[in-house]
Amino acid sequence: MLDKIGIAKRIAQEVRDGMYINLGIGIPTLVANYIPKALNVVLQSENGLLGIGPFPTEENVDADLINAGKQTITMMPGSSLFSSAESFGMIRGGHVDLTILGAMEVSEAGDIANWKVPGKMVKGMGGAMDLVASAKNIIVAMQHCSKDGASKLLKQCTLPITGLKCVKKIVTDLAVLDVIPEGGFKLLERAPGVSVDEIRKATEGKLIVSGEIPEIKF
Amino acid sequence: MINKVVENAEVAVRDIPDNAVLMLGGFGLSGIPENCINAILKKGIKGLTCISNNAGVDDFGIGLLLKSRQVKKMISSYVGENAEFERQLLSGELEVELIPQGTLAERCRAGGAGIPAFFTPAGYGTEVAEGKEVREFDGKKYLMEHWLKADFSIVKAWKGDTSGNLIYRGTARNFNPMMAAAGKITIAEVEELVSPGELDPNHIHTPGIYVQRIFQGKNYEKRIEQKTITKAS
Repeated sequence: MLDKIGIAKRIAQEVRDGMYINLGIGIPTLVANYIPKALNVVLQSENGLLGIGPFPTEENVDADLINAGKQTITMMPGSSLFSSAESFGMIRGGHVDLTILGAMEVSEAGDIANWKVPGKMVKGMGGAMDLVASAKNIIVAMQHCSKDGASKLLKQCTLPITGLKCVKKIVTDLAVLDVIPEGGFKLLERAPGVSVDEIRKATEGKLIVSGEIPEIKF
Repeated sequence: MINKVVENAEVAVRDIPDNAVLMLGGFGLSGIPENCINAILKKGIKGLTCISNNAGVDDFGIGLLLKSRQVKKMISSYVGENAEFERQLLSGELEVELIPQGTLAERCRAGGAGIPAFFTPAGYGTEVAEGKEVREFDGKKYLMEHWLKADFSIVKAWKGDTSGNLIYRGTARNFNPMMAAAGKITIAEVEELVSPGELDPNHIHTPGIYVQRIFQGKNYEKRIEQKTITKAS
């Protein structure tokens, strides 16, 4: 099984040189720590920055520089700042290469639910609906099952939908899977020590297994 | 140059009536018009509709106006940091319309730019789509969304000149430029107010045509929601 850092490290392997990337809140934010230093990538913050840098030192904290999670940040050399309309223009226009976000549920068609749980306080969708509707490549970081053991990789989402047919790849604590265009989760890799059978039991939606499934390598 | 300077926040908000529709710039607590929010609080006007990406926190930003029950309706994309907000929402005292963040930004932009409606893919297939026209372009489905306008737009900039030209700083820009253009009356509060000619025209983010009133704010707290630091090595 992978912990949160393991999931982040595995997703970091999907990053390619020259990418513009939007990272969601939670595990996706951790991915930034594991992108190989040799790759030149630019991180987008949807409140209006291309070029997110590391968290500031105490003396460099600036209330005018925050990320979409409202954390204080710094800017990399060569950054650019813009309005929220410009920011979502570049998202909607398909200029961001990779979007990494969390999910509560994903369906075998690639539908994602990650903004609202009936009966709980509704906090709002923020930029999630805009991101999933327009991103060219979406990788989801999530737990394979809920705390009570119910699968979160489903035939159909049960929670309110954030976007339809948009998820391309999923990295969970148990596995790496592609959502294929004709529907279904294609198993690509197993987390260390996890069997195909365990993944099958934890996946309610259609699981496609062909040939030997390798373990994730770091 | 046209002089748009007013003395302070109290004068700037003097004629905002009960039940006004306001746009308030800011993302989280970054780039919010602190002085005007405090002046509206003091003035005690009620029944406000506030269009703002977030709703502040319990004791700062728009949270102050929620606490004093001056807000009838919030139009936002994310309102998660506010316990009083949650209480009023669950008790039915407060109306809330949640809008995807990019759609909110573009609806404000459309309002200022004279575009009554546009199509966006955000929210298609979700509850956001309920009651909205869907149209297909090049094989993909889009929702029709309408412009947003405000009786008063209240924005915060870093620097401004007496004729209303504005420059923002860092990610405090966020919703401020679109909202500045979408208000019938736009009030700008700035950290530093200068004379015409002191700001380089090449660097202006919001041209003064959008701004009707401007003043230099004071006692900026610029509170931080999530101070996150790297330990110096």
